[in-house]
Amino acid sequence: MLRWIVWRDLILAWRRRSDILSTVFFFVIVVSLFPLGIGPETQLLRSIAPGVVWVAALLASMLSLGRLFANDYQDGTLEQLLLTPQPLFLVVLGKVLAHWIIAELPLVLIAPLVGVQFDLSKQTLWVLFVSLLLGTPILSLIGSVGAGLTLGLRGGGVLISILILPLYVPALIFGAGAVEATIIGVTPAPNLYLLGAFAVVSLLFAPWAASAALRISLE
Amino acid sequence: MKLYKYASPAMFYPVAGKMIPWFAIPAALLFAVGLYVGFFVAPTDFQQGDAYRIMFIHVPAAWMGMFLYVLMAIYAGIGWAFNARLSSMMASAIAVTGAMFTLLSLVTGAFWGKPTWGTWWAWDARMTSTLILLFLYAGFIALQAAIDDPRRADRAGAVLAIVGVINVPIIYFSVQWWNTLHQGATIRLLGKPSIAAPMLTALLIMLAACWLYSVAIVLVRLRCIILEREQNASRLAEVNA
Repeated sequence: MLRWIVWRDLILAWRRRSDILSTVFFFVIVVSLFPLGIGPETQLLRSIAPGVVWVAALLASMLSLGRLFANDYQDGTLEQLLLTPQPLFLVVLGKVLAHWIIAELPLVLIAPLVGVQFDLSKQTLWVLFVSLLLGTPILSLIGSVGAGLTLGLRGGGVLISILILPLYVPALIFGAGAVEATIIGVTPAPNLYLLGAFAVVSLLFAPWAASAALRISLE
Repeated sequence: MKLYKYASPAMFYPVAGKMIPWFAIPAALLFAVGLYVGFFVAPTDFQQGDAYRIMFIHVPAAWMGMFLYVLMAIYAGIGWAFNARLSSMMASAIAVTGAMFTLLSLVTGAFWGKPTWGTWWAWDARMTSTLILLFLYAGFIALQAAIDDPRRADRAGAVLAIVGVINVPIIYFSVQWWNTLHQGATIRLLGKPSIAAPMLTALLIMLAACWLYSVAIVLVRLRCIILEREQNASRLAEVNA
C-alpha cells in the first residue's frame, strides 16, 4: 500500500516535471537574492549562510505543500483513498514520503552547491547537507498537517504558512544551528541529534494528525 | 446528572449571563486593589527604580497567555473528542483573549526593556518563545476564520491546537538553547529570590484579577458565539423573548 502510493505520486510528479523544477528554482533564487540585498562581503555571507539556506528551504516547502493533497482532492481520488480498508496513517505516510522525494530531496541535493556561493568550507557543506537531509522530512511531515487542515479553503496558500511556519521553528534552530556550530569550529553533533529526535517525534505524531485533519476536511 | 444539560449551548446561555457579573465585578475590584498595592505600597526597586512596576501587568499577562493556550487546547480537544459544541465554542472564545494577553505581555515587555535594558527588543529566549506563541494563536484564529462551516472550524482548530501544544515545549527549549548558543544569558530579570513581600502580594492580586477578567470576558464572547451559531434553537428564542 505504502509503496503503491509513493510510486503513484512519483509517476504523477514525473509527468509534471516543471512543478519540481520551479520549487528548486525558487529555492536557488531566494538564496541568491540575499547577497544582492546584503552585499558581497565574504565574512558576513559566510555567517548568514546557514540561516539563509534553511529559511529558503522552509519557504520553498511552503510552495509545494499546497499541492500535497489538493490535486487528489480536486479529482476525487482522495475520497477513494479514505475509503480503502488500509489505515489512513499509511496513505498519509506514503504521500508525505513521495512529497519529500519530489519537493525536498532536490533541495537537499542542490543546497551544497548553493552553499558554495556563500564560501562555505567543505566540511560545513557536508554538515549543511546532512542537516537538511535530517530536517526536510520534518518539513514534509508537519506540513502535511497544515495541508490537510487547509484543504479546499480560500486563501489556503497563505493560511498554511501562518499555521505551519511557527511549528517549523525547532527544525530551523537545530538545522541552522548545526551548520553554524561547524562554522565556528564546534561539533555539530548535539544539534544534529536533536534534529533527528524532532524528526522521529514528527514521524510519530504528524501522519496521525494529518489523517485526522483529512477526515475533518473531507466529511 | 443534571449538570449535563448545561452542556447544551442554548441552556448554558442564560447561566453564562448570570455568571458574568460574579467574575467581572471581583475582577474590577482586584485590579483596583492590585494596582494600588503595586503603585503605592510596593517599595521602589533599588536597581530598576519605578520602572519595574510594569511587572504587575507584564508578568500576569505572560502567564495568562501561556495558560490560556493550554486551556484552549484542552477545551478544543474535549469538543472534538466528545462532539461537544459548547466546549469548542469555549476554545474559540478563549483564543482571542489569550492572543490579547500574549500581545500585551510583549508590548509591556518592550516598555519595560527600554528603560532597564536600553532596548525595546532583545532576542531573549522568553521573548522569542512568547512571540512564537502569538504566531500560534494567530494561526488558530486565522484557520477558524477561514472555514465557513462552524463544526469543521471547531475540529480543524482542535487538531491545530493539539499539535501546537505538543510543539510548545519543544519550541520553548529549542529557543532557549538557540539563545545560549548565540549570546549567553547576559540579561537576567529580577533577582529571583529577593522579591519584597508587597511586590509579591500585588503580583498575585493582579494575577487573580487577570484570571477573573478572562473568565468574564470569555463568557461574554461565548454568549456572542452561541447567539451567532444557535440562532435557530427554540430554547434560545425563548430565553431571549
